[in-house]
Amino acid sequence: MAERGRTLAMGEQEAVAGTAIEAPFGRALAALGRTRPEVVGVTADLGKYTDIHPFRDAFPDRYFNVGMAEQNLIAVGAGLAKTGKIAYCTTYGVFATRRAYDFIAIACAHSRAAVKIVAGLPGLTTGYGGTHQAIEDLALAAMIPGLTVIDPCDATEIMQATAAIADVDGPVYMRLQRAQVPVVLDAQRYRFAVGKAALLRDGADVAIVATGIMTPRAIEAAGALAAAGVSAAVLHMPTIKPFDRDAVASLAARTRAVVTAENHVMRGGLASLVAEALFDAGVARRLERIGIPDQFVECGSVPHLQKKYGLTTDAIVAAAKRSLGA
Amino acid sequence: MPPVNQPLDAPPLAFLAEKAHRMRRHMLAMARRLGQGYIGQGLGIADALAALYFYELRYDPADPRWAGRDRFVLSTGHYSIALWATFAEAGIIPVDELASYGADDSRLEMSTLDTTPGVEMIGGSLGHGLGQAVGMALGLRLDGSPARVFCELSDGELQEGSTWEAAMSASHFGLDGLVALIDCNGIQADGTIVLKMEPVADKFRAFGWDTVEIDGNAMDQVVAALRGARPRNGKPKAIVLRTIPGKGVKTLETRERAHFVRVDPDEWDKLAAELETAHG
Repeated sequence: MAERGRTLAMGEQEAVAGTAIEAPFGRALAALGRTRPEVVGVTADLGKYTDIHPFRDAFPDRYFNVGMAEQNLIAVGAGLAKTGKIAYCTTYGVFATRRAYDFIAIACAHSRAAVKIVAGLPGLTTGYGGTHQAIEDLALAAMIPGLTVIDPCDATEIMQATAAIADVDGPVYMRLQRAQVPVVLDAQRYRFAVGKAALLRDGADVAIVATGIMTPRAIEAAGALAAAGVSAAVLHMPTIKPFDRDAVASLAARTRAVVTAENHVMRGGLASLVAEALFDAGVARRLERIGIPDQFVECGSVPHLQKKYGLTTDAIVAAAKRSLGA
Repeated sequence: MPPVNQPLDAPPLAFLAEKAHRMRRHMLAMARRLGQGYIGQGLGIADALAALYFYELRYDPADPRWAGRDRFVLSTGHYSIALWATFAEAGIIPVDELASYGADDSRLEMSTLDTTPGVEMIGGSLGHGLGQAVGMALGLRLDGSPARVFCELSDGELQEGSTWEAAMSASHFGLDGLVALIDCNGIQADGTIVLKMEPVADKFRAFGWDTVEIDGNAMDQVVAALRGARPRNGKPKAIVLRTIPGKGVKTLETRERAHFVRVDPDEWDKLAAELETAHG
């Protein structure tokens, strides 16, 4: 009998293939803190698990741990912002969006406060089940007026976005990947810009529109599709809100079909935004969606869960072929 | 223009009582125009607001965003009627503008928005104020500013768990420039306090706050409590204000306890007369 996978301890990590950077968010925040004295860090007993420790070590006076109290985490961040600080508040996505939603809406977004919420364990990146897997956080965050929402795809983008969101006028919700984070984008060539899509690969047959950890898989899928004679474009959408609708519509208009890939439920997130953008632009294309189904997910090893719920390169390849009627 | 108030001066009690009276007069006129409004709560908190804005707080009416100002956070946004009356007396907004209270497109809304000059926080979603006050106090301390943060919250609001998250953190961070004024008027949306909150003062003491409990409608006690909250001794300060909703207007003081106190359309002249009589 084949050996079964197992749920890892909190903070433990599957081996990362290829190049990776340790704690890209914390490193970038510490670097930002050196040039921006107004940057402060706040966490709710998840400093270690949200990679903010490099900032804590560099600026202990500018780091506040409020304990397990997510409403207060966001309220304190908003209060700090109202004295001219830029408050990076870290916790898990589930706790930020489900427990502190009213505070994000009113104290941050309605007040246009410079609170940057950095949210760990997006989608199926933890084996800790429905209590810890933020599977609907992008939809919840994007529903709030004036909240910028970011789902970066790798270490390069996390580091660039960490600095870039400091200059967003108002609050931001950014998903986090922590510990050893793969490097997929070339830091010398790639430039993250809030609100801008990135065409990572052009193609004529099918447009794969992806965000977060699904973007590297979309790139792999496009390679596999090329080998099978299908020309696939990859459009990376690091910003969920404001959503670069024009980039989606114009790419779709010159391909025959669209595939979306997101580490999130398929309603209210990337797929919904893409469908809306296409409909509004009058671009009618077949749309195949890759994402988490409308259900809570159990505990387990992350590779097992991602495979079981279809967040894989193979699933994107199959969806692309389906979308073309192949 | 220098900031108003010199907190070391001897308290001018008669002057403060007169300010509170004028604010109550504004509030009655505002509620009368609207036919309603949070007049019970507003009249009850008037003495504390007068003591803050005309004695304790350092601020510049001509520049409400002055960086060195003390912050006053009104967590109960629906008490806006009292805040607007205070602002008018303080010269932050024109007195004439009070006529627009609650009108469409007015900046003097029924619940506070922070786009109105002098408002530090969007109040009204109860349980938000103390946590944001903690953040402000941390930020000011980080800047080395001597400015303090005063946060009003209500007894009903103590039922929000976030208030206690904030209370814990204020004590943990040793925010001795933070003063909470807890307006215990005994009413909440469903009527008289629906969930037992007493002993309020002991709860704050247990959370590590320097706490006093006073008659929140006795100006000498309010001023003494504010003076007593000045020491930078490593602890946040809580002032539990026992207030009477409708204070200063006999009919309203004795009316049934309600979130929206009942006022009949033909009563306003009588209420205004009662206010003047009580002030003497």
